[in-house]
Amino acid sequence: MSAQQQFFEALLDPGQAPPAGLSAWNASDPATRFAVYRNNVLVSLIDALADSYPVTQELVGEEFFRAMARLFVRAEPPRSPLLAFYGEALAGFIERFPPAASLPYLADVARLEMLRVRAYHAADAGQLPAGAIAQALADAETLPDLRVGLHPALRLLRSPYAVVSLWAAHQGIAEISAVDPYQPENALLLRPHLDVELIRLDPGAGAFVAHLLNGETLGSSVEQVSLAHGDFDLGGILALLIRARAITSITTAREEHR
Amino acid sequence: MMIADPRVPPGGGASGPRQARLPARAGIGLKPEHFRQIVDTWPNLGFFEVHAENYLVDGGPFHHYLGRIREHYPLSMHGVGLSIGGESALDEAHLDRLAALLERYAPQSFSEHLAWASHGGVFVNDLLPLPYTAPTLQRVCEHVDQVQTRLRRTILLENPATYVEFAASTMAETDFITEVVRRSGCGLLLDVNNVHVSCINHHRDSYAYLRALPLAAVGEIHLAGFATQHDAAGDPLLIDSHGAPVAQAVWDLYAYALDRVGPVATLIERDSDLPSLDVLVAEAAHADSLLGVHAGSAASADRRPDARPQPCPPGAPELAA
Repeated sequence: MSAQQQFFEALLDPGQAPPAGLSAWNASDPATRFAVYRNNVLVSLIDALADSYPVTQELVGEEFFRAMARLFVRAEPPRSPLLAFYGEALAGFIERFPPAASLPYLADVARLEMLRVRAYHAADAGQLPAGAIAQALADAETLPDLRVGLHPALRLLRSPYAVVSLWAAHQGIAEISAVDPYQPENALLLRPHLDVELIRLDPGAGAFVAHLLNGETLGSSVEQVSLAHGDFDLGGILALLIRARAITSITTAREEHR
Repeated sequence: MMIADPRVPPGGGASGPRQARLPARAGIGLKPEHFRQIVDTWPNLGFFEVHAENYLVDGGPFHHYLGRIREHYPLSMHGVGLSIGGESALDEAHLDRLAALLERYAPQSFSEHLAWASHGGVFVNDLLPLPYTAPTLQRVCEHVDQVQTRLRRTILLENPATYVEFAASTMAETDFITEVVRRSGCGLLLDVNNVHVSCINHHRDSYAYLRALPLAAVGEIHLAGFATQHDAAGDPLLIDSHGAPVAQAVWDLYAYALDRVGPVATLIERDSDLPSLDVLVAEAAHADSLLGVHAGSAASADRRPDARPQPCPPGAPELAA
């Protein structure tokens, strides 16, 4: 085993002795010095997770979160020097983490927080001008065949838990005691300009956006959603997407409005 | 890959036209917490520095603000993820991403570390030490060569802050760095705080250490704060924390370095316990005063505090002196 391999393995495994061959001018035990590297690695990566998952941390408390993050870092260290999206696997880790089992919604809150990070750093794209959207939607004959292109920052999370309300309660926007975490909610993330907005959609609108993200036509999307949600409001969700500058293209097989 | 013979000194350029250079002024690290205040107030600073890896995202506020700020200031890009001292092969995809980022923002400088940070595909987000031997020298030179070839520019390599030494080392750190600079033609990012930290940690004379570095190759200086711990024998062990103001001992060593190097771009590095923008700008002003930059002097005529800084269009950077 190379010296670097030894150094690397001892970094993430607290049970291992420091690598052989370390020295200090005063012949002091190199374990204390090596511990600085162990600590730098762990603390910086735990801090990176805490930055991405503030609400998850608040839900379980800092001590629990950092203990869990420490185990996560050792199980799933970063595979890339781009740390912005480090911890994408944390939600799955939480689902398999027995001490967190009493908070079944915790994993979805973590999913929502990583989607916020994704939305924040997603590619920029210009919206389709309102006039072009109106024009494209005006022709009843072509309407069902249209495909609506959505902004790269748009993200959707359809959760069996009240993730939007939980998140809002931790921003001081809503009262946490009034939140029933076991109510299903659809979270829509948008970035109309520089800030990420989080909006709760009703079930029909959530299903509709999911169909659009799937690349389905307007006609097919509306048909499927209307079957399951009699109160689906197509005008309402389209207005919301237009206001949030989230529609970037409307195309048919025959022509392209851009 | 062959190791090149000694090349033209840095700044003279290893290939083709002379390379851009940061101004001999003080700058600070660009932090998202300060984005809005910077574009609202355009503080009087010589340049900004960013960690390149933070900007390898597709879009959003980071690119929005960096684009605006780049129109007003020279830019230094500082990599933390290439793992030049690693025994693994360099990550080609990462090099490609960096090349595209440099193309986009045309920074006056790109720098990296004499350290490793990745092993076997895992990135540990720390700058780890390496033994100084003939094989590690060969590997570092090959990696610097590969980076400079791919990025089509000479880079600056930063001297490390370390907490351990290796029994296997056969060369002094300063000799190792001197050889890397001589063979690869790269420049030196002289981190004065790292000199102080490492010299306390390894019981060396920081002034002698500094004199033994290839000072003619210095293209930028870093200044930062450290934290103090103790090793198993109770001797001080300084931690390169970037979480405190620059210490007086480091300012003194900086002044000594400036006497030998001459005025050179100087970064106030702060990555944790981030203070307000004004505090960092004031620390930069102190560095400027040691650099001989005075408000209203010729050197800062275009950077009067009450004047909007002159645009510095990307693609038209100043040439090396």
